[in-house]
Amino acid sequence: MADTPVLEVSNLRVSYYTDAGRAIALDDANLTLNAGEKLGLVGESGSGKSTMALAMMRMIKPPGRIESGRVVVAGTDLTALDEQQMLKARLSKIAYIPQGAMNSLNPVTRIGAQMVDAIRAHEPGSSRANMEERCRQTLESVDLKRGVFGMYAHELSGGMKQRVCIAIDILLKPQLIIADEPTSALDVVTQRQVMETINRVQKSIGAAVILIGHDMGLMAQFVDKVAVMYTGRIVELSSVREMFTKPLHPYAQALISSLPKLENKGVFQGIPGLAPSLLRLPGGCAFHPRCERVMEVCRTVRPDLEVQPDGRGVACHLYGRRDR
Amino acid sequence: MSSLMELRKVTKIYSHGLVARTTTVALSDVSLTVREEEPTIMTVAGESGSGKTTLAMLLLGFIPPTMGSIFYKGQDISRIKGDDKVIFRREVQAVFQDPFAVFNPFYTVDHLLSVPIRRFHLARTRSQARDRMVEALTAVGLHPDEVLGRFPHQLSGGQRQRINVARALVLKPRLLVADEPVSMVDASLRASILETLRGLQRDHGVSILYITHDLTTAYHISKSIVVLYRGSVMEAGDTDSVITRPQHPYTRLLIDSIPWPDVNRRWGETEIKAKEGEGADHAPGCKFASRCPFAMDKCKVTPPLFRLAEHHAASCYLMEKHPTMDSAQLSDLLPT
Repeated sequence: MADTPVLEVSNLRVSYYTDAGRAIALDDANLTLNAGEKLGLVGESGSGKSTMALAMMRMIKPPGRIESGRVVVAGTDLTALDEQQMLKARLSKIAYIPQGAMNSLNPVTRIGAQMVDAIRAHEPGSSRANMEERCRQTLESVDLKRGVFGMYAHELSGGMKQRVCIAIDILLKPQLIIADEPTSALDVVTQRQVMETINRVQKSIGAAVILIGHDMGLMAQFVDKVAVMYTGRIVELSSVREMFTKPLHPYAQALISSLPKLENKGVFQGIPGLAPSLLRLPGGCAFHPRCERVMEVCRTVRPDLEVQPDGRGVACHLYGRRDR
Repeated sequence: MSSLMELRKVTKIYSHGLVARTTTVALSDVSLTVREEEPTIMTVAGESGSGKTTLAMLLLGFIPPTMGSIFYKGQDISRIKGDDKVIFRREVQAVFQDPFAVFNPFYTVDHLLSVPIRRFHLARTRSQARDRMVEALTAVGLHPDEVLGRFPHQLSGGQRQRINVARALVLKPRLLVADEPVSMVDASLRASILETLRGLQRDHGVSILYITHDLTTAYHISKSIVVLYRGSVMEAGDTDSVITRPQHPYTRLLIDSIPWPDVNRRWGETEIKAKEGEGADHAPGCKFASRCPFAMDKCKVTPPLFRLAEHHAASCYLMEKHPTMDSAQLSDLLPT
């Protein structure tokens, strides 16, 4: 696998301008992802996970705005493209499966027509027969029958519809696939089958995957790296094993210890307090009012995400350099 | 042993269409008892289409059973009238899945909590009513001054769901039917809501019927579990046995598909042989047979319940060396 990163996000910042003030939904996000890597993006609702995905797709709508930063996918700076070029880049370079995608299939057009549409928009020269054959092959690659091409959405089960969405997403073999809670409405058995499919097609086209969600179980089973977000910032970025066995950031620690496992039956450990509103963030580290290991410096100085000697990233004064 | 709530051989069939009637068996011959003396937490688990929400609707008296009867404190709930009906309505409460959909956006939290107090004449004065609200909110771990007077949109999903529990609690119920109460709540809040529910059972003597598809939380909160598949009981028993040593092929598939948040417990080490369900299956016999890797000829006849251990039973011919038991006696083997 190539070592040149397929995705480089640097200093990405998104704000929403509301009547009550400016809310920074994504603050100074930095990420690098290699081909074939799978990253999990976790956090409570409102922590900025979906904003991050939308910003990478350049799909932030007013009153939201990308304030600064770059998103480079396979050498192309998406933030520098004009609207026409961005339309071309979507699906061919970077594909997005939004939350509840399976309910966004057009109910009155056949599945095939919706897939052909996607190819035609990017490759107007393709012949009809060629496009149709590619669609049928792609359906097969996500474990659907070729005949699904001629069916309507209502004839398919939830898991099958989600597979159709995955098929549309990989039609043009993008280098990066972003999936926002792709299985949240599915039963556990179907969920496992759909995730196995994503895993397989991702390997076969060599794409990087960003999985967004709050199901930590799914993350533990699927991704290679986990980024934990809190109030719009990445507070920890570690390999999945390190994250689940030895989380560093106190928020990540609380998140991991709140998870029900087979061993700790009957132990419930929630995280005390509530996430603050983005319009009224506390000074210093945004997590300090809920943090058990809060120090004086946390109230005034906001910690930056710093790379530790072992390569993990964490934004917390507990791990800060001592020379400051 | 008297029963608080009892389902006796309940079947619910939905039918639609006037000329060509199509029927769906949502629940088939289910008997369950929640005992009066010992408050317990019982899980009814299943995927979508298993009949678990139908079960909740039946228990709350929202829909009548097609066959069989449901009793509350010995009275058939379809015949309860007058004062007894008021008592039933007060003592059996519900918490539903979506904390965003059940609130009227025009009313404050106070309204939501004070209506049941007024309706059931639970307080004589305004201050008494307020004390009752404060007590219920405190019991679910909320600060009354942080939520009273607020509108639903000013509250988080976790707060709203706890207010739903508080609303049920002001009525001092005996039974709480909780239909997927945490499936739409963030992972970090899930633990605190489950802890709230367990506190209700432990400190307030409320029995809880926890209806869910999430076996991880079921394992942590409940003493006993009943696994449904397309309206039939597949396996039942004490939660520990069923989750750590599942016997029925369906339960085994279900438990093997749980994504445990544990990097050392890999997902699905056994391969899924069963196909994805494609539409309802009308064939008689075991409902799981069409997806079951071990299906045999005799599965075309509905298997009885086999009693595997004191607190464990499964409905599958693979267990046929064990003695059979009457499905109406199912509750006898569930620990409280």
